[in-house]
Amino acid sequence: MFGPARWDKVIGLLAIAAVLAGTGCKKKDADPFPASGAVAGWEKTSDTRVFAAKDLWQYIDGDAEQYIQAGVVSTSTSDYKYQNQLEATVDVYTMGDSAGAQKILGKSQSKDAKTISLGDAGIAYAQSVTFCKGPYLVRIVAYEDTPGTQQSLIALAHGVESKL
Amino acid sequence: MKSRRDFLKDAAAGAVLLGSSAAADKLALAAALNTHAANGKSKVVVARDAALHGTSTQPDEQKVMNLLDKAMAAYTGRDKPLEAWKSIVPANVLAGKVIGLKVNGLGGKGIATHNALTLAVAERLQQAGVKPGNILVWDQNANFLEACGFPINTDPSRVRSYPSDSAGFEDEESSWGVARIRVTKILTRECDMVINLPILKDHRMAGVTFAMKNMFGVVDKPFTLHAGNCNPGVADLNCIPVIRNKVRFTIGDAISSVYDGGPAFHPERLWYPNAVVVGEDRVALDYTAWQMLASKRAEAGMPTFEADGRPPLYIATAADGAHGLGTNDPQRIHLIEV
Repeated sequence: MFGPARWDKVIGLLAIAAVLAGTGCKKKDADPFPASGAVAGWEKTSDTRVFAAKDLWQYIDGDAEQYIQAGVVSTSTSDYKYQNQLEATVDVYTMGDSAGAQKILGKSQSKDAKTISLGDAGIAYAQSVTFCKGPYLVRIVAYEDTPGTQQSLIALAHGVESKL
Repeated sequence: MKSRRDFLKDAAAGAVLLGSSAAADKLALAAALNTHAANGKSKVVVARDAALHGTSTQPDEQKVMNLLDKAMAAYTGRDKPLEAWKSIVPANVLAGKVIGLKVNGLGGKGIATHNALTLAVAERLQQAGVKPGNILVWDQNANFLEACGFPINTDPSRVRSYPSDSAGFEDEESSWGVARIRVTKILTRECDMVINLPILKDHRMAGVTFAMKNMFGVVDKPFTLHAGNCNPGVADLNCIPVIRNKVRFTIGDAISSVYDGGPAFHPERLWYPNAVVVGEDRVALDYTAWQMLASKRAEAGMPTFEADGRPPLYIATAADGAHGLGTNDPQRIHLIEV
């Protein structure tokens, strides 16, 4: 049994824990979205929206299941614009582990994909870049195919990768 | 030429052979809603314009209007657009009822119902006598609607647009088969008639998403209908009376499409059929959509939907005697390509 002095210590530790919990002191989530200008030419044009796994259908009903099956925890998304012209969307899927992220990346890869050196593994098409780093899967899609689209997306992808 | 009355009799007789008076009622209802059936066949028009896009990723607005007019003329047999529209929309609806335009922006702005097409439909409806505020463009949520180019607008002097979740859902659950959902009040209370404006896409579960699948955006929990590759979820949902009866016409957007990886936007699988697909028989429309996507996938060297483990079985289910939503029999579909 604890003596009075030990009880004081236990109660003190519990009190500290309660204060920390009450003030929201917890592990800081990574903010993977580069601010406007952080990557040359790219401007962040929307607020970041976040969807818990159970709400992912509200973002992409019908596509959500493959992420849920791979262990998605949450999904964040934000819109960007390059040189005030090229529009793109950045989706960051936080999976339960790296295997989940790699599983989705593998599904996204077809023979016409270009392999790129980004994070743990990455691929690019003319208008999209997908890569994984640890438990994160990042997908960036542009809405126009211009001669510089792919390179611009890869630059933005590096900006995201550096924040993960 | 077989009269509409004869067709109704044939449809009812066919249903009786299926062994159910309820099935007869359903087939008769499907036929009654299919006012432009030809020779007992469901008419589907695929209108194309190869020059729709020019050099831009967005289609030319005037060309989209012209394409819509061409499709409606071929469907109704009336060359003048207003006459065509008046043969589709009942006079009492034109005179003062609310017409819903159910768009689809689930895939984001890269693969959403084209704004130019929705605006073209809204413009023709107004020219036919519908007040702007009696046209309501909607989708599941504000982001999907925005992807289609429609921010929320409740000003009754203009075409209105707001989503299912803002309008709210009926407290009472609707059910048919596996579908146990609550329907948006936009459909139950606001609209007297709905024109369906889906966009043609591959769907990683259902195989194909087009006319019937677009109704997932009018209910509170569409994800509950995904089991079994959305079969029988899609068919059952479309049997819910308010969906079955109010969604009367489809102007399907096949201006652009994704032929793999849908329903999300995959630009590497983007394709430009440069077409609109119109009709009343939602099953025949989905059958036609399936053939279009299957043809494109074959051309691209991709596996068939069957080989990929996701044939759109819900289409046959929707056509069966229990559902009676239309026909998936190519012999009973009068396909007109213009």
